[in-house]
Amino acid sequence: MIKVLQPGLYTSVQDKGRFGYRNMGVPACGTMDSISAGLANALLNNNENNAVLEITLQGPKLEFTKPTAIVLTGAQLSPKLNTISISNYKIYTVKCGDILSFGKLTKGLVAYLAVYGGFQSETILKSKSFYTDITTKGRLQKNDFIPYKTITTYIKQANSSIKSTKQFFETNSIEVYKGPDFELFSSAEQDKLVSSLYTISTSINRMGYRLEETVVPHKKSIITSPVLPGTVQLMPSGQVIILMKDAQTTGGYPRIFQLSEKSIAILAQKKAGDTLTFLLLDNS
Amino acid sequence: MKQFKLTYKPFGNTAILIEWPQQIAIDILNDIRLFVSEIENENYKEILELNYVYNSLLIRYNYRDIHFTDLKNKLKLLYTKEFSEAEKVKNTLWELPVCYDLEFGVDLPFLALEKGMHIDEIISLHTSIIYTVYGIGFLPGFLYLGGLPKKLHFPRRETPRFNVPKGAVAIGGNQTGIYPQTSPGGWQIIGRTPVLLFNIKKDAPSVISPGDKICFKPISRQEFADIELEEEDGNYELKKRLN
Repeated sequence: MIKVLQPGLYTSVQDKGRFGYRNMGVPACGTMDSISAGLANALLNNNENNAVLEITLQGPKLEFTKPTAIVLTGAQLSPKLNTISISNYKIYTVKCGDILSFGKLTKGLVAYLAVYGGFQSETILKSKSFYTDITTKGRLQKNDFIPYKTITTYIKQANSSIKSTKQFFETNSIEVYKGPDFELFSSAEQDKLVSSLYTISTSINRMGYRLEETVVPHKKSIITSPVLPGTVQLMPSGQVIILMKDAQTTGGYPRIFQLSEKSIAILAQKKAGDTLTFLLLDNS
Repeated sequence: MKQFKLTYKPFGNTAILIEWPQQIAIDILNDIRLFVSEIENENYKEILELNYVYNSLLIRYNYRDIHFTDLKNKLKLLYTKEFSEAEKVKNTLWELPVCYDLEFGVDLPFLALEKGMHIDEIISLHTSIIYTVYGIGFLPGFLYLGGLPKKLHFPRRETPRFNVPKGAVAIGGNQTGIYPQTSPGGWQIIGRTPVLLFNIKKDAPSVISPGDKICFKPISRQEFADIELEEEDGNYELKKRLN
């Protein structure tokens, strides 16, 4: 098991998400940057849906009570195993009593910790992803325990395909498709929505990212309709909200763009003050 | 049947949005439900999940298995097929117990004053209607209900409350609804139900489905306490009323 000595700012167990309950209003949940999380699992030869720890901005301090192998991916949070600095995208074996801690954030926003075989916390509605009111907890707290399988030996396997993809989030260009309500706006408004430079505000969490600029104020409303993670909503004020993994399943604001899973992963690594532009793709 | 002209739009690269005419109507809701049951009967392996509310239906699919245009054509063809008579939509009518005691219905006195109505009048009007569930969203188990009489329409509070208790029955604008979890909210609170609208201990966490009907049955403070206990023990079953 892992014992949580310090929880960090916002650390939660996540897998690929909770599916099959959307018509009851249950959010998708799941890893914000599924590419980095997927790499962590791939490096350990885990199943792609194995649960990992999602670590945001400020890392936790964790003690391992059983031997296992671990991998860190995603944001650079200056990780240390006991007193030794370690690197992302590398497999480390840990012993009973080893302590994993984190320091300064130097790149990205969310890091992933995978253990061999995945974390074995409670499964609720077919997923281990934390979500307040569905799982017991919304985030880790001090003295929590998270179980994992014990291994006695771990044979490292070379995995060469990782290097080329690990810098994928170092871009500020977010690829999007037209949303279903894009055509509600005039072509001048559409141009403005597509070509503006946007800044990420301080209102960002697992539910959504609010952008600072008021680009196209409007009075258009739609009948409440389904939304997805990655749906870009335009508020009447002209501000943009990009829905993320814990977002509600329905919404009443015009949906101007839709991010792909890869774009969601890139955005998940951006923090307040970062800028971005949208790159419109054709999906017709 | 088939009186509606549908539009099919791509929603990103992994979903398709099907829209009925832009209005809130029971005919549209029933047509969506018929179409959904046809889609479910077909057991398309490329369809992952769907949800619908009011006049639109979102279908998530596996883009590795099928292209948007192919799925669109498949669904268009399915919609032109005559739905079988056996597919008639069921209209389950649920009777949701609500305690309108002032301990729970904290905004009732204010509402009565503003509306120039008696509190009992508000309660009897609210409980005299059969409401339609147009969808579930916003929060797990939150029902979008249609049918609130105009006389009970009332604006949201200017400042939302930080904590509206789980089960609170409220009015906001032209809607009435039930808070399935304790959450922030700006609606006027008129009562509380002891029934859990979303219960993760059950296989189907939400016993009420989109398309169902509900009505509110006034209960006493004592009945509220009794049902609350039964619900905690997992022994409570929501009553159906003959429609």
